[in-house]
Amino acid sequence: MNEILVKKVLTPVTKLVVVKNSYVAAKVKPGQFIILRVRENGERIPLTVADYDREAGTITLVFQEVGLTTRLLGQLSVGDCMLNLVGPLGVPAELPEKGTVVAAGGGVGVAPILPKCKEMHKRGVRVVSIIGARSKDLIIMEGEIRASSDEVHICTDDGSRGFHGYVADGLKELIAGGLKMDEVIAIGPMPMMRATCDVTKPFGIKTWVSMNPIMVDGTGMCGACRVTVGGQTKFCCVDGPMFDGHQVDWDEAWRRANVYRDEEKIANERCASCGGDR
Amino acid sequence: MPVKQRTAMPVQDPKERIANFDQVAQGYTEEMAASEAARCLQCKNPTCMAGCPVAVKIPAFIKLIKDRKYQEAIDTIKETNNLPAVCGRVCPQETQCETVCVLARTGQPIAIGRLERFAADWGAQHGTTKVEKAQPSGKKIAVVGAGPAGLTCAADLAKLGYQVTIFESLHAPGGVLIYGIPEFRLPKDVVRREVGYVKSLGVHIETDIVIGRTITIDEIFDDGYEAVFVGSGAGLPMFMRIPGENLNGVYSANEWLTRINLMKAMRFPEFDTPIKKGRKVAVVGAGNVAMDAVRCALRLGAERAMIVYRRGRQEMPARAEEVENAGEEGVEFHLLTNPTRVLGNEKGWVTGLECIRMELGEPDKSGRRRPVPVPGSEFVMECDIVVMALGTTPNPILSATTQGLNAQTWGGLIADEKTGRTTKPRVWAGGDAVTGSATVILAMGAGKAAAKDVDEYLRSGEGKWA
Repeated sequence: MNEILVKKVLTPVTKLVVVKNSYVAAKVKPGQFIILRVRENGERIPLTVADYDREAGTITLVFQEVGLTTRLLGQLSVGDCMLNLVGPLGVPAELPEKGTVVAAGGGVGVAPILPKCKEMHKRGVRVVSIIGARSKDLIIMEGEIRASSDEVHICTDDGSRGFHGYVADGLKELIAGGLKMDEVIAIGPMPMMRATCDVTKPFGIKTWVSMNPIMVDGTGMCGACRVTVGGQTKFCCVDGPMFDGHQVDWDEAWRRANVYRDEEKIANERCASCGGDR
Repeated sequence: MPVKQRTAMPVQDPKERIANFDQVAQGYTEEMAASEAARCLQCKNPTCMAGCPVAVKIPAFIKLIKDRKYQEAIDTIKETNNLPAVCGRVCPQETQCETVCVLARTGQPIAIGRLERFAADWGAQHGTTKVEKAQPSGKKIAVVGAGPAGLTCAADLAKLGYQVTIFESLHAPGGVLIYGIPEFRLPKDVVRREVGYVKSLGVHIETDIVIGRTITIDEIFDDGYEAVFVGSGAGLPMFMRIPGENLNGVYSANEWLTRINLMKAMRFPEFDTPIKKGRKVAVVGAGNVAMDAVRCALRLGAERAMIVYRRGRQEMPARAEEVENAGEEGVEFHLLTNPTRVLGNEKGWVTGLECIRMELGEPDKSGRRRPVPVPGSEFVMECDIVVMALGTTPNPILSATTQGLNAQTWGGLIADEKTGRTTKPRVWAGGDAVTGSATVILAMGAGKAAAKDVDEYLRSGEGKWA
């Protein structure tokens, strides 16, 4: 269980692993996540499932090496096992049966957008994907997204490819250009999701976001993942992770995401000195 | 004849112990145990056993300790109690077996819990408890949750010859024993030992499985299991719904304790999970969990560790011993004080707790005098960490994903008090999942009762369910 069968380096900081876990593979639906632990003494972190193969009993995880645990995860090789992996957790995304949906993915957020695109595409929804990154070499999973979209737009912050600017700005252009959509699903770093919501709000376009707060158990027990949505406290792990982005209290979410910034620094420094491969 | 005093429990000095997570109560020596056991009157009609939810043969094991037959003592306890080293440490004996001890009226009941702990620890160190495996019945039973209720139910069923698998959602078995109760009251080595005993009976434990998500109860049945016992605990932490509760530095007691006990955040960065330690920590609530949380705060180095409770000392739900230990360690008790708002700075970190003074009015439904706010008495208590220890409600995942498994409006699973039978045939339940936050031993009692009923139901040819 939890053996890494495939490992790909997508960008210098983003990796993809295909992991054997027949339980999760059998059940997971788009939008759901898992919690994993890499080693003894390790912390529990959530990762959204990017793809799954029910027959092979595998799931795909894509992660950016930003903290200690994701860096440790990046050090595992094919044949290694994660110590623990539990899921699927959270509520599956409510995906429409018809109409036009814009799937906006920023950076590593393109990965969790993929299963939603796949499912909607299969259902016959018209999927318009806008994927972006800082620079053209950092765009991930473009081929997979293309295979599940009717239309794909690329954005880069530095203008090295496609639209010059953020994903949210790319979306704004498409709206200005007359693209009609029933809803938007935006997944990526918090500033990207927030900016996307700011773009769609004046037009009253329903916009789903996938929150990624700090979690411990991931089953509703600890309440670390509290998010305020529409003035009410929600537990992201059991009520989410997908929420109406126009209702999310982004200032609070950003603040809470950074609670352990000092500790993360300490942990990262320690990891660099304890034989990490970067 | 004057009654001899109870043999005192050796404890770590409060000044020393607040700097470590080692056990406060250090356990009886053989001499102390034998001397305490000798106080037992060996009543012809003992009343103590009626006070024990798992019916430990109390006079019998105490006599064996008195006769220094420790192996037989622990074997006798284990006939009915699968987790004696846990019970000897965390059961509220003062409201159970010891309160109905004949000597209780003298104020000096036999220290039954301490003797139970002695026997269990002796057994772990020197003992050779033989595990008699029952004739396999060939029937498979699933247990949801490896906490006190689940471990007890599983062990009893294994002893009866059933092939039992426990599914646990966390990465380590033990439930509240491992994530909730701190090391200084219940060392995790002791929990692992007790879990090891349950496994030695043939119980298989699968971690990292969330029943309702990873596998559903109906799929468990499809897989050939003949009965399911749900001991999933009380999941969701309650908050006060006051402004400022999502500021940085506000924890639920569950999160605070899980980071410390399960994830060992007090040893960050040696362990990867961090925690904000806090200089001034306010814990809201006055149950056992609140006492655990506030005493952990001291051990993490807090200068001030404060209990904030809206009722008075008499009404505190925590065990007297825990309150006393906390007091000795320097915990401040701000009673008749109710938080009205959590205050924060411009960066969103907790700076204080706005509270209002309370006074006790007429008795409420619980029989306790209802606290009412004193108008205009608001004041600010300075603190940088707030821990909400207000209790929990059962996790809705199971009732929401299992057709026919009904819950009360407040979330607790509906189950027969005596047998644990739920509204879904072949599904039993017990512990906090049914009652809401209660004690380890009540959960164990429910697990035990359910195991008995599961066996009767399956052996009697599965008669009427309800």
